[in-house]
Amino acid sequence: MSDAIAVHLAPPSPSVPVVTERRWVRRLTIAVALAFLFLFVILPLAVVFVEAFRRGWGGYLAALQEADAQAAIRLTLTVAAISVPANVIFGLAASWAIAKFEFKGKSLLITLIDLPFSVSPVVSGLIYLLLFGAQGLWGSWLMAHGVKVAFALPGIVLATIFVTFPFVARQLIPLMQEQGTAEEEAALTLGASGWRTFLTVTLPNIRWGLLYGVLLCNARAMGEFGAVSVVSGHIRGLTNTIPLHVEILYNEYNFVAAFAVASLLACLALLTLALKSVLEWRHGADLAGGAHR
Amino acid sequence: MGIRVAGVTKAFAGAAALHDIDLAVRPGELLALLGPSGSGKTTLLRIIAGLVEADRGQVFFGGLDATTLPVQKRQVGFVFQHYALFKHMSVADNIAYGLRVRTRASRPSRAEIRRRTSELLDLVQLSGYESRFPSQLSGGQRQRVALARALAVEPRVLLLDEPFGALDAKVRKDLRAWLRDIHERTGKTTVFVTHDQDEALELADRVAVLNQGRLEQVGSPDDVQDHPATPFVMTFLGQAARFPADIRDGRVLVRGKPVPVAASRSQGSPFQLYCRPWHLKPTAPGQGHQTGTISGVRRLGSMRRIEVLRADGAKLEVEVPLATSLRQGEEIGLEIVDGVLFPES
Amino acid sequence: MPGFGITLGYTLLYLGLLVLLPLGALIAKASGIGLSGIIAVAVEPRVAAALWTSFSISLVAAAVASLFGLLVAWALTRYDFPGRRIVDAIVDLPFALPTAVAGIALAALYAPNGWVGSFLEPLGLKVAYTPLGIFVALVFIGLPFAVRTVQPLIADIERELEEASALLGASRWRTVWSILLPPLLPGVLTGFALAFARAVGEYGSVIFIAGNLPYVSEIAPLLIVIKLSEYDYTGATVIATIMLAISFTALLVINLLQAWSRKRFGYV
Repeated sequence: MSDAIAVHLAPPSPSVPVVTERRWVRRLTIAVALAFLFLFVILPLAVVFVEAFRRGWGGYLAALQEADAQAAIRLTLTVAAISVPANVIFGLAASWAIAKFEFKGKSLLITLIDLPFSVSPVVSGLIYLLLFGAQGLWGSWLMAHGVKVAFALPGIVLATIFVTFPFVARQLIPLMQEQGTAEEEAALTLGASGWRTFLTVTLPNIRWGLLYGVLLCNARAMGEFGAVSVVSGHIRGLTNTIPLHVEILYNEYNFVAAFAVASLLACLALLTLALKSVLEWRHGADLAGGAHR
Repeated sequence: MGIRVAGVTKAFAGAAALHDIDLAVRPGELLALLGPSGSGKTTLLRIIAGLVEADRGQVFFGGLDATTLPVQKRQVGFVFQHYALFKHMSVADNIAYGLRVRTRASRPSRAEIRRRTSELLDLVQLSGYESRFPSQLSGGQRQRVALARALAVEPRVLLLDEPFGALDAKVRKDLRAWLRDIHERTGKTTVFVTHDQDEALELADRVAVLNQGRLEQVGSPDDVQDHPATPFVMTFLGQAARFPADIRDGRVLVRGKPVPVAASRSQGSPFQLYCRPWHLKPTAPGQGHQTGTISGVRRLGSMRRIEVLRADGAKLEVEVPLATSLRQGEEIGLEIVDGVLFPES
Repeated sequence: MPGFGITLGYTLLYLGLLVLLPLGALIAKASGIGLSGIIAVAVEPRVAAALWTSFSISLVAAAVASLFGLLVAWALTRYDFPGRRIVDAIVDLPFALPTAVAGIALAALYAPNGWVGSFLEPLGLKVAYTPLGIFVALVFIGLPFAVRTVQPLIADIERELEEASALLGASRWRTVWSILLPPLLPGVLTGFALAFARAVGEYGSVIFIAGNLPYVSEIAPLLIVIKLSEYDYTGATVIATIMLAISFTALLVINLLQAWSRKRFGYV
């Protein structure tokens, strides 16, 4: 219907402001919007880099090369390397089951998948402590058998998986639902196996949406603070991820180092935004159906 | 109140342009702006409404020069193809909107607005639908609300842009008769845009035919059908076969044989003679102006249409009485008994 | 179509183990405490103060974020200006920037000697290390939610509606107010609820700028962390349960709102 309208609509004529505001109103609105974004978004971003380079390149690199920082970077990469693929596999399985089949309780399942989004990060950490912590449900059993989950890598990974749980699935479910099952059925009738159909038909169709979901999932996995903070125990050089290391440095009044390490995460965020925007501009249609988040 | 458009010209990239349009709509008249898509008919209507500004030319409502009057002050009633109802307002609120937005000084009282609203709902046969929302109405009902909303402000003129374009055939038919009825009751000068010649011819007092931004002809439905001013009008309004013709000694000849059509001058060529299906009459093979084989016979209301295939592959449609003995495969001659003559362009 | 059993089975298993089981542990723990136990903790002055701080500031911040979000979305969608696409991308920054980074950046900006703080200081306005700082951080966090929920609605406004309103004699201001803004309300409210739900649970971006003064600028999530560090799992669980209840209520309200809007007006 909007196409039909667009065809016979003339471009707006400047002296007859029927479908827009007066010029000064437009300019004022733009100015206020930009000022607001400048104050609340641009300045915080800028201050990260300015503070990080307060002592020049030398100070910046020194902060990043320090042993604890290196350990934090390694830990963050490890956590992301485990939790992102785990959520990708889950996202693919869930969206396949939800988009290609009809079953009872589907909308409940979708709601449950979204659940972690509405849980405070701190609570996300807490629930794992309730299971695995010293006072937790299985804490004493785990301790007796020498398995460390809380205040160790497994706990950090679990909490990260929890907070990034919906990203991939949420992106893929609407996309796969929109694409339907016709192409897969065609491939199957041509004799392709189910797995082959998935690899050669489904995956190419959803690749941009998948990439989009992975980007957001990864950004959050590497940047998660609250949940990880609760389960990690803040053991320097052992269970400190980059965001936790930032906190420690900041609380020690080592601002340059804190902002230097933080700038790594800020760069990750900028890279994520840039790739996300490129995906939206280039492949907007292939992402369609996907809610913004 | 009449509408006059004088020398209106509009050019824009990619959209239907208009070239020097002069058009007078008489007070109380129902005029159809008819043309194919891209002919500029909607642009002209939007210029009259003030939604689009013309590059040149003027628009008058009665004696008032409205050219520079902003939309808000033109007081025209406008009905969109897709209704453009305010979805978050009830039917009654939609209709009352134009009255409520007036300045305090000219705004009617609440009671008066309520009275007017229910009067209009009555007029468009939607009494009892006051508190419905647009999403709860059918397409035809929505368009009736849209018309009531346009009438509520007591507009100088009523402008309708493809008002039935989004509706299915049955509803469209009903609404035509109903619009005609409303027009007679309100007596508002009305211009409506359509690409459907049947709609224009059935509904309008006069029809203005537009093509590629130019006005081809303005006239009554009989006028434009019987005396089309241009070959475009002739072919746009219905089926027409075309024959090369010339004039000799004041007589019109097709293939050297005279045709009973009045010649506009005594000598000349080349001309084109345009014939409607009822301008051709079957005769014995070899006689008349054309020869061919009947390739199809079908019924069309109270007449029969036969399709005649000429030796050169062209097909002609001919209207014959219902009780014809002509059969498919038969060879026949065709005599031209009438037609409209245009100089070859 | 193959693979139903295995994909659904895996989905349920993964969801059950990683999401439902831990959440179930919380609920189990909370029901072990019992309603009276929960109330007993909730009315402890420090807990009550932290909950009040979190909820009241989150409400105000979500409202402000919604208001400016609407303005930003309007400018981005309806007007053209140089750099519009980049600005559009930037709106998501609060969502993409790790909260700890946002937290220290905001604290540095609004500290009395910071870029913004040094301007506000002479005016007697202290932002960092006060409840106002919490407000600033929560507006930052809520902005993308507020913008992105109304943006598609603004893009979908039919031009003919504005024309119809103008033709009926309405001034531009009136058209914006009566015709264009009301259909955006469900979107604005949804954005508000999302921003609120996120703000209530927000931790990383707040704690650096808040000052964390008990009874004044201590937020509920921080109090959970403090309780945990004191091995008071019961206290932590109670606060977490109350917060969960509030966010789920917010989500329920969103869903009801959208269902109502779809039913009544035929759009979300």
